[in-house]
Amino acid sequence: MGFDQRKDLLGLRDLGREEIEQILDTAIPMKDIVQREIKKVPTLRGKGLITVFYENSTRTRTSFELAGKYLSADTSNLAVSTSSVQKGETLRDTIKTIEMMGPQVIIMRHSMSGAPHYVARNTSMRVINAGDGTNEHPTQGLLDMFTIREHKGRLDGLKVAILGDILHSRVARSNIYGLLKFGCEVRVAGPPTLIPPDVERLGVKPCFTLEEAIRGADVINVLRIQKERQQAGLFPSVDEYSNLYMLRPDHLRLAAPGAIVLHPGPMNRGVEISSEMADGPRSVINEQVMNGVAVRMAVLFLMMGGGRDEAAS
Amino acid sequence: MELRDKNVIMDEAAMRRALTRIAHEIIEANKGVGNAALVGIRRRGGPLAERLAAEIETIERVRVPVGILDITLYRDDLTTLAHQPQVHRTEVNFEVAGRAIVLVDDVIYTGRTVRAGMDALMDLGRPKCIQLAVLVDRGHRELPIKPDFVGKNVPTSRDEVISVCVREIDGEDKVVIQQIVR
Repeated sequence: MGFDQRKDLLGLRDLGREEIEQILDTAIPMKDIVQREIKKVPTLRGKGLITVFYENSTRTRTSFELAGKYLSADTSNLAVSTSSVQKGETLRDTIKTIEMMGPQVIIMRHSMSGAPHYVARNTSMRVINAGDGTNEHPTQGLLDMFTIREHKGRLDGLKVAILGDILHSRVARSNIYGLLKFGCEVRVAGPPTLIPPDVERLGVKPCFTLEEAIRGADVINVLRIQKERQQAGLFPSVDEYSNLYMLRPDHLRLAAPGAIVLHPGPMNRGVEISSEMADGPRSVINEQVMNGVAVRMAVLFLMMGGGRDEAAS
Repeated sequence: MELRDKNVIMDEAAMRRALTRIAHEIIEANKGVGNAALVGIRRRGGPLAERLAAEIETIERVRVPVGILDITLYRDDLTTLAHQPQVHRTEVNFEVAGRAIVLVDDVIYTGRTVRAGMDALMDLGRPKCIQLAVLVDRGHRELPIKPDFVGKNVPTSRDEVISVCVREIDGEDKVVIQQIVR
């Protein structure tokens, strides 16, 4: 089944390898458009999409908005913090209200895992999960995979280290689900309190140290550490975290030659990643941002578009 | 939709002669090809543009730039069609602005593909002019578009399909008229 046959994009766990490949392949010409002087094609003219973010996010929301605009869709944003949600409106009623305004696609971020799945079951609109609780962030996973494939020429069989707060990270989960479909060896490392106790069941290899995870890795994906976790007692201090788990240039000697460094942003420089690493030649962090727009354009196009009639020349 | 072959209307030699003539016409219309470039509409416009460039090079000893345009994102009927979308890359690696661009396609029918091609081209820059070269004009235009260079005019009914085969994609050169069997 092609991804264009799906109503919703809720996660990478239930997406097939072929569907992921279709999205990544479609993102290649989309990236050409992002890099052009005139970043606009008429494909989705007359289509509406709305971003509804129950949690703050600037980059993901803006990335989706620009992706929609570059494809000529009409994009709108529901600012939840100033909406009727604050007056106690239920999620279901909010979605029903939005649906009656006529957009075809709703792009939603919610602090509760599974919220977009609930919405998808209760609306005829297409639903894109832009991050739900600690579950998944599928378009981040896809843009990471796109960036890796662009640099390494393939995904199959790569060794990928994911570092940091795996327990709470929807980015980590989407990466793991997606990369394992391509036979990658995924290692995770972080404070034991931030590694899910049964993480092996996901198909990944837990490592006790940063060094162990990085050894021989083709890709190092550094996750943002939320400093609130320290207040919650999940690691002793930010200093200790950075001593043990901050990615520094000397770590790269352990990795495979030509290893690349990813980070979903925003970065805590000097906590999970050193500035030399973030700005260094192995960093593809800025490219990830551009690729994010291209991948989201691909997702929107495949979900809202049709095909070319070869006969109608 | 089932198709039944009716006639081969151009064979390899006829296609070669038509492309040679179009190459001469392009050179003449532009008084040389110093400022010209060829842009084929994917898919079969691409190889045809390459072949025209080779013909022009034989005649004029000048190599004109050749690009390929993917117009999938510019169709005005995307959402009314049920086929699986396949977007490919546009590969125009030269400056479009200020050039005489010859758009190349295999068949012109409704004119919507060419219109989409012109829109796509304009987004890459502002050409001095756009000309249109097609191997077959089968009529039934829905837009006011007329090609500048035509290999063969083939009046058709709407129940027919013109199928252009090129050796680069299909392994052989021929143009076939087919009947739609309902």
